[in-house]
Amino acid sequence: MESYRVSIMLCGGTGCTAAGSLKVKQALEEEISKRDLTKDVNLVLTSCNSFCSQGPIMAVYPGEFFYQKLTVKDIPEIVEEHFIKGRPVERLMYKESPRKKAIPLMKEIPFYKHQVLRALRNKGLIDAEKIEEYIARDGYQAAAKALTEMTPEEIIDEVKKSGLRGRGGAGFLTGLKWELSAKVKGDQKYIICNGDEGDPGAFMDRSIMEGDPHVVLEGMLIGARSIGASKGYIYVRAEYPLAVQRLQTAINQARDYGLLGENIFETGFHFDIEIYQGAGAFVCGEASALMHSIEGKRGMPRPKLWRSAVKGLWDKPTVLNNVETFANIPQIILNGADWYRSLGTEKSTGTKVFALSGAIKNIGLIEIPMGIPLRRIIFDIGGGVPNNRKFKAVQLGGPSGGCIPESLLDTPVTFEDILKTGAIIGSGGMVVMNDLNCMVSVAKYFLEFTTEESCGKCPPCRIGTHVLRDLLTNITEGKGKAGDIELIGQAARDIIESSLCGLGQSAPNPVLTTIRYFRDEYESHINDKWCKTGVCKELCTFYIDANTCTGCGACARVCPRKAISGEKKKPYRVDQSLCIQCRSCYEKCKFESVKIGPRSMRDEMPEKGSGEIQGSAAVEKEV
Amino acid sequence: MPRLTVDDLKKIKEEYKAALTLREGGARVKVTVHMGTCGIAAGARKVMEALLEEMGKSGVKDVIVTTSGCAGLCSREPMATVEVINESPVKYVQLDGEKIRRILREHVIEGKAVEEYALVMGSETAY
Repeated sequence: MESYRVSIMLCGGTGCTAAGSLKVKQALEEEISKRDLTKDVNLVLTSCNSFCSQGPIMAVYPGEFFYQKLTVKDIPEIVEEHFIKGRPVERLMYKESPRKKAIPLMKEIPFYKHQVLRALRNKGLIDAEKIEEYIARDGYQAAAKALTEMTPEEIIDEVKKSGLRGRGGAGFLTGLKWELSAKVKGDQKYIICNGDEGDPGAFMDRSIMEGDPHVVLEGMLIGARSIGASKGYIYVRAEYPLAVQRLQTAINQARDYGLLGENIFETGFHFDIEIYQGAGAFVCGEASALMHSIEGKRGMPRPKLWRSAVKGLWDKPTVLNNVETFANIPQIILNGADWYRSLGTEKSTGTKVFALSGAIKNIGLIEIPMGIPLRRIIFDIGGGVPNNRKFKAVQLGGPSGGCIPESLLDTPVTFEDILKTGAIIGSGGMVVMNDLNCMVSVAKYFLEFTTEESCGKCPPCRIGTHVLRDLLTNITEGKGKAGDIELIGQAARDIIESSLCGLGQSAPNPVLTTIRYFRDEYESHINDKWCKTGVCKELCTFYIDANTCTGCGACARVCPRKAISGEKKKPYRVDQSLCIQCRSCYEKCKFESVKIGPRSMRDEMPEKGSGEIQGSAAVEKEV
Repeated sequence: MPRLTVDDLKKIKEEYKAALTLREGGARVKVTVHMGTCGIAAGARKVMEALLEEMGKSGVKDVIVTTSGCAGLCSREPMATVEVINESPVKYVQLDGEKIRRILREHVIEGKAVEEYALVMGSETAY
């Protein structure tokens, strides 16, 4: 099937022909051929378009641009500017009543312009509770093709060739996983969809399960056929009640239509799906822990002496894939492996959905080809850091990932390139941090999370995460000691090498990357008892620089303790005995007159500290 | 319900494409209120109620109202997409009851998009 990049509907009705549209058509054909665009541009001569007084007219899609009163002279400019450079020629276009501010088009907005929807193809377009709408957008065509026209080997072959890698974080080749399971002889096999999505900051799977549940079912159906599984489970975290509800409705409708159950498409293939809800444990997103959970046991992982693909759920061959991985399958079957590979890089093919959050303007979900540099994601697609604050770091991959600083923003987003920075792509969560974030606190936050979520089975993780968390907590409370950084490094290496599962093996990543790229913050916390961002309350002093303070009083008005006082147009002062280090004054001041000094400043200050710069060594270092 | 054959799939697709798309003699406008968890948390249900109420009051007949999942820009929810026949769909953001009523009156009924509430025009997928 041809897919043109641009389609032109040129009016060939009587009125336009009289005005010269056939000459325009000829000019278009010549110019398109001259600029080598014949494969990209589809020129269609249509019947009367009813704008006869404005003819010759043509409509250009996508975007629905209407050009009017065209002459042969206009054509080269339109082809050059619009078709090649993507800049519609306003002055030749049909305009309604003049508008003060036109609504921007999708391609003018970086958030939309850079996205290519594949897993999110049905985003915002269908009612998730109506299977017919999914079918109207080619739903279940891939399953029909896979079941009635392809052998299981051919299905696996296509998925292998596409290079699709697991989208849940590990990035294992999906086709290879299916092949491993398919080769095992067994009377009962299972296929599981991991909808646990436990990473803080990740909400891609939530969107797919709620908004397009059938794509998950279809992907599982195709996978089940390829490995010979007759039963599937979707493990959905209980914290996603809407996803559970929509998936169940989808399953019911698919069953009603015979798309799940016995003898699907009269091929003799039986397959059904059941939903299993999680119960709030992050570790149950780990494959082996997840399977134990479904078996009714405690969600604890097992040593990886054999792959689940060979012996998994109830010791039967089991393929487990992430929601987004399954969402890519139907289109790979319909459009082919080469189509899938046409985006992305050699080793990281296709597209990936990322969840942008934190200190960034466009918080939401984006799907982009692999290989785009981080900088474009943060500053173009994401819209940059709001409120005039400065970018500091971006956390990729949740609690298993790491923080990437500004200096590495040109790193292309692929599995292998991100790994080199010490972080991982993970499931796709990207949390952006600005100059108000303390990187030591960030590491502490993630360690608090992993410590809570550790299943407790193996000492390296159970005890190790506590050790790291306690070290970090001490550092943020002013109890850091010389040698702490080295101790953290040692503990981290031990934990990584000896933990039983991915939770422990990756828990030290946030602290290791923050030390690697923000070592100065750790040293400042430990040696100088100084948190320069003002987050660690024990390690900072807020004071006002008398030289630059204009006496506007804005800081005093936001202070919850009324700790700031002064007279209009004269420098204000912070009373350290009342200050609770909430940082509101620092965030409010437009003149950068509120400064953050080390703990020692307020320890040394008299009772009602004047806070004026008086040549303290630490202060000079900061300035 | 009938067990589907491969041909049935194609028939349903054609039938629903006709029902879902805007065409002469059918619906003139389609309004999609986005109801993913992000939208619902931000108040999409109230937006939907206001829309339906205003539609009832105005008596419009040729408008399809439907829902869909998360539209992707979770921080600007509640969002709605208004598609008028032969025009590019318009995405509206940060809506509430008042705004959707105005959009119904000015864009859906009178045909003039409300620029203040609109983010972007166009569709994301060509296929």
